Amino acid sequence: MQEILKNKLSIESSRPGRRGIRFAAADKHAADYLPATLLRKTAPNLPELAEFDTVRHFTKLSQQNYSLDAEFYPLGSCTMKYNPKAYDVLSVLPGFASAHPFAPESAVQGTLELAYNLQELLKKITGLAAFTLQPAAGAHGELTGILTARAYHDANGGQNRTEVIVPDTAHGTNPATANMAGYHVVNIKSAPNGCVDKAALKAALSEKTAVVMLTVPNTVGLFEPDIKEIADMVHAVGALLYMDGANFNALIGLAKPADFGVDIMHLNLHKTFAAPHGGGGPGSGPVGAAKHVAPYLPHPIVSHKDGQYTLVDNRPESHNRMKAFYGNMAVVIRGYCYLRQFDAQTLKTIAENAILNANYVRVCLKGKFNAFFDRTCMHECVLTPPDPHTTGVHTSDIAKRLLDYGFYAPTIYFPLIVPEALMVEPTETENKDMLDAFVSAMEQIYNEIQSEPQTVKDAPHNQPVKRIDEVSAARNPNLRWQ
Amino acid sequence: MFIPNTKEDREAMLAKIGAKDIKELLAQIPAKFLYPALDLPKALTEAELTAHVHALAAKNKPLKNFIGAGMYEHFIPAAVPALSSRGEFLTAYTPYQAEASQGTLQTIYEFQSCMCALLNMDVATASHYDGATAMTEAALAAHRVTGRSEILISSLLHPHYKEVLATYTRHMGITLKEVTVTAEDVLDIGTLKAQLTDKTACFILQTPNFHGYLEDAQAISAAVHAVGALLVAVVNPISLGVVQTPGEYDADFAVCEGQPLGNPMSFGGPGLGIMTAKKAYVRQLPGRMVGIAKDKEGKRAFVLTLQAREQHIRREKAASNICSNEALCALNAVIYLTLLGPKGLKEVAELNLERAHQLAEKISRVKGFSIQNKMPFFNEFVVTCPVSAFDVIKVLEKRGIAAGYDLGGKQLLVCATELRTEEDLQAYADALGGI
Repeated sequence: MQEILKNKLSIESSRPGRRGIRFAAADKHAADYLPATLLRKTAPNLPELAEFDTVRHFTKLSQQNYSLDAEFYPLGSCTMKYNPKAYDVLSVLPGFASAHPFAPESAVQGTLELAYNLQELLKKITGLAAFTLQPAAGAHGELTGILTARAYHDANGGQNRTEVIVPDTAHGTNPATANMAGYHVVNIKSAPNGCVDKAALKAALSEKTAVVMLTVPNTVGLFEPDIKEIADMVHAVGALLYMDGANFNALIGLAKPADFGVDIMHLNLHKTFAAPHGGGGPGSGPVGAAKHVAPYLPHPIVSHKDGQYTLVDNRPESHNRMKAFYGNMAVVIRGYCYLRQFDAQTLKTIAENAILNANYVRVCLKGKFNAFFDRTCMHECVLTPPDPHTTGVHTSDIAKRLLDYGFYAPTIYFPLIVPEALMVEPTETENKDMLDAFVSAMEQIYNEIQSEPQTVKDAPHNQPVKRIDEVSAARNPNLRWQ
Repeated sequence: MFIPNTKEDREAMLAKIGAKDIKELLAQIPAKFLYPALDLPKALTEAELTAHVHALAAKNKPLKNFIGAGMYEHFIPAAVPALSSRGEFLTAYTPYQAEASQGTLQTIYEFQSCMCALLNMDVATASHYDGATAMTEAALAAHRVTGRSEILISSLLHPHYKEVLATYTRHMGITLKEVTVTAEDVLDIGTLKAQLTDKTACFILQTPNFHGYLEDAQAISAAVHAVGALLVAVVNPISLGVVQTPGEYDADFAVCEGQPLGNPMSFGGPGLGIMTAKKAYVRQLPGRMVGIAKDKEGKRAFVLTLQAREQHIRREKAASNICSNEALCALNAVIYLTLLGPKGLKEVAELNLERAHQLAEKISRVKGFSIQNKMPFFNEFVVTCPVSAFDVIKVLEKRGIAAGYDLGGKQLLVCATELRTEEDLQAYADALGGI
C-alpha cells in the first residue's frame, strides 16, 4: 500500500493551514475581554485537516471495526441484538436533542412524558413499584441500587449491616460496586450445578448482611430454580435481594422479578431494550425498587399530576443524585421506542427465541465444544474448547480465529469459574442460517485444532493487524500523541 | 419484524435440540412465575411509533436558549453525527477483540490525545459518564494518592456536581468542606488558605465557576500544593480555546463535561466525562485507556491497556466499578476537534466571549437590570433583575426565550454561545425591557 493510504493518525496527516470548519470572525480578540494572565499561552496540538480529509479519516476507521450491523456478534452477557434504525432517527429529533436540562418544565413536557411513560412500562414488566432513569450504565445502576439499599438500611435500623454477598459467577462490576458503596464484599462459591450453593449462602448470611447481589439468569446462562427460596433466606435475615438485570433479555415477558422476591434491580437499555452499544456507551441503567425500598431511590423521578409532568427532587428519604442532570435521555428514548413497538405477546416471543437460539448453538456444537454445564440454558451458553493441555490451543486462539471467519468472538474467560470459557449469546434477532454458519465455522476451527493447530494459534490472519502483543502496550504506555 | 426465525426454522431447531416445544426449554423457571399477566399497551407499527414519538417531541417547546449552567448549546457540524452514526461505530461493542476493533480503538487513542492537547495534561481516559462523575472519580483518586480524607470544594461548584460528590463519598470516610466565595463570586486566596491543611486530599476548583467567572487558578494551585494537597480542576472545554489551561496552572487532575464538543444537550444526557491527569497518577485513574502496542509483525496497533486497574480483573479492589462509558460521545468530541483544529477552536471560543460580553453590555443598558460583578467571565454571567429571576424566566418564555438559570431571588445566570446572533441578543434585551 502506498504511504499516503496507510492508516495514519489524524495528527500525522495534519498540515498547517488546513481547515475543516470556519466560524464567523469575532470583532475583537480574547485579549480585549480577558486579562493576559487568564489567557492560554500555547495553541493545542490538534490536527489541521480539511472537512473531506476528516470524513475520509473517520470513515476508513469505521471500516476497521466489526460491528453488529455487519457481523454476527455472539458476545455473551452483552446482548448484541439488532438496534432498529427507527430509534436512531427518533432519539435525535430536534425537539428532544435541543432540550436544555434546565429549560422551564413547561417547555420540556414531551421529554418528561416519555420518561414517565418508560418508568411506568418498566414497572409493569418487572412488577416493581418505582424506577429511576438516572443511571448512565449498568455498573452505574448497580451503584445506584446498592446505595439505595444502604439508604433503606440506614433509615430502618440497619446501620450495622456491613456486608454484601456476591457469588463467584458475578460480573466484576458487582464486587467493585459493593466496595464503592462502602460495604465489605463476601464472595461465595457456586454449587457444582452452576447455581447458588444454598448452604454456602446460608453460612454467609447474618445480621451483618445488607444485600445479596444475584445475576438472574446467572452468568453461566442458568436460571436459579430456587430463586424464591433464596429470596426468603435473604429476607429472613433482614437483608435485601439485588438483581443484576444485565441478562433480562432471557426473562422479559416470561417472568417478573418482583414475583420471586427481588427488592432492587437494574436493567440495561443498551442490552435488553435494543439501544446500540456505541463502541462502549452511552448506556442507560434504570433501577427499579419494590414498594418498601422505592422512597430511597435517588432523585429526581418524573411524576405526573393533572396533565403536567414534573421532576420531583424533593424526596427526603432519597439517597441523592447519581450524576448531573437526569439520565441518558437519548438512550431512554430508544428504550421507550422498543417497549412501544412490542406488546406482551411479542416480548415473550423475543425471550423465547433468545433461549431457543442459545440452546440450538449449544446442541449443535455438542461433542466439539461442550457446554460446561451440560443442560438446557437460557439466553446464553458457556462452552469449553477441547482440552488445551492436549491441543495447545486456547480459548483466546479460538476467539481470534473466529474473526478470520467473519464472526466477532464470544465473551472469553468469563465467568471465572469456567476454565477457558467461551460464552455465546446469539440473541433472538439472528436467524437460523446465521447460527448454522457460526456452528460451521466453529466446527472448522475444531478440525483445525486437530489438523493444523498453528493456523489457529497464529490467528487472526485477515484482520487489519496481526495478533497484538497486549503486554507491549502496558510496559511503556503510549496513551497519546506528543 | 424483529424475530427472523420462521415457524419452520423453529421446528427444525427444536427437533435438533430434542425438545417438543419452546416451553420445554423454560422448565428452569418455576411454573408459578412463568407467563405472568402483563398489561402493556398495543404494539405500534414503525409508522405509528414514528408519529407517536414525533408528537411527543413536538410537546417540547423550541425556545431561543440562553441557559448554560453546565450544559451548552453549540453548533454541531454535520460531519460529526454523519460519521459517528455510521453503523460500524454505532453498533460495535467495547473493543475487547482488538484486532477486529482497530477503528474504535484508534478513535479513542485520538480522543485521549486531543483531550491531553486541549487541557494541557499528560494522560486522559477513554471517558466517563459525565463531568460530575469524572470530577468525583478524580477526587477519589486524589484521596487514594494522598491518603488524606478531606476534600475541599468551592461554594461555587455546580450544585449537581456537589450532590454527586456527596453521594459517592458519603460511605468512604471522606469529609467535604466548602470554601465560601467573595461578594464578587470568586474565591479569595486568604479564605482558601485558612481552610487548607495537611488533612486536605484535594481542592476542587471549577473555572469558570458556576456563576461563569474565571478564578485565579495560578494562585489557587500554588496554595493547594503548598500544603501537599492535589488540585482537581473542573473546566469548560470550549473556553480552553482562549483561557489558560489546567496544565498551565499545574493541576493534578483536570476534568470537564465534554458535551459542548459536538454533542447535543438531549435534556442533560448522555454527557461526556473527560478525565485527564498528570502522568504520575496514570495507574490511579479509573476506567478504560487505549495505548499503542505492536502486532507480532511489529506493526503499530491499538489496544485497551493498563487493565489491571479495572473491575473485571481486580473486582472489589478496583479503583472504580465503571465498565460502559460514553464512547460514542467521545467519538463525537474527537471528530468535532479534528474538524475545528487549533484555529477553529480559538475562533469559536472568541465568538463565545464576544457574544456573551455583547449580551452583558446590552442587558446592563436595560433599565433596572445590572451586571454587578466586574470579574472576567467566558460565556455566562450573573444578571441582577428588578424582579425575581423566576418572573423574568416566565415572562421571557412567553416571548420564545429561555432566559437563563434561576439562582434564586433576583439573580439570573445567563449564557450566550456562538449560536446566538446579534438579533437574538437584541431580542433578549428588548424582552427584558418589557418587564
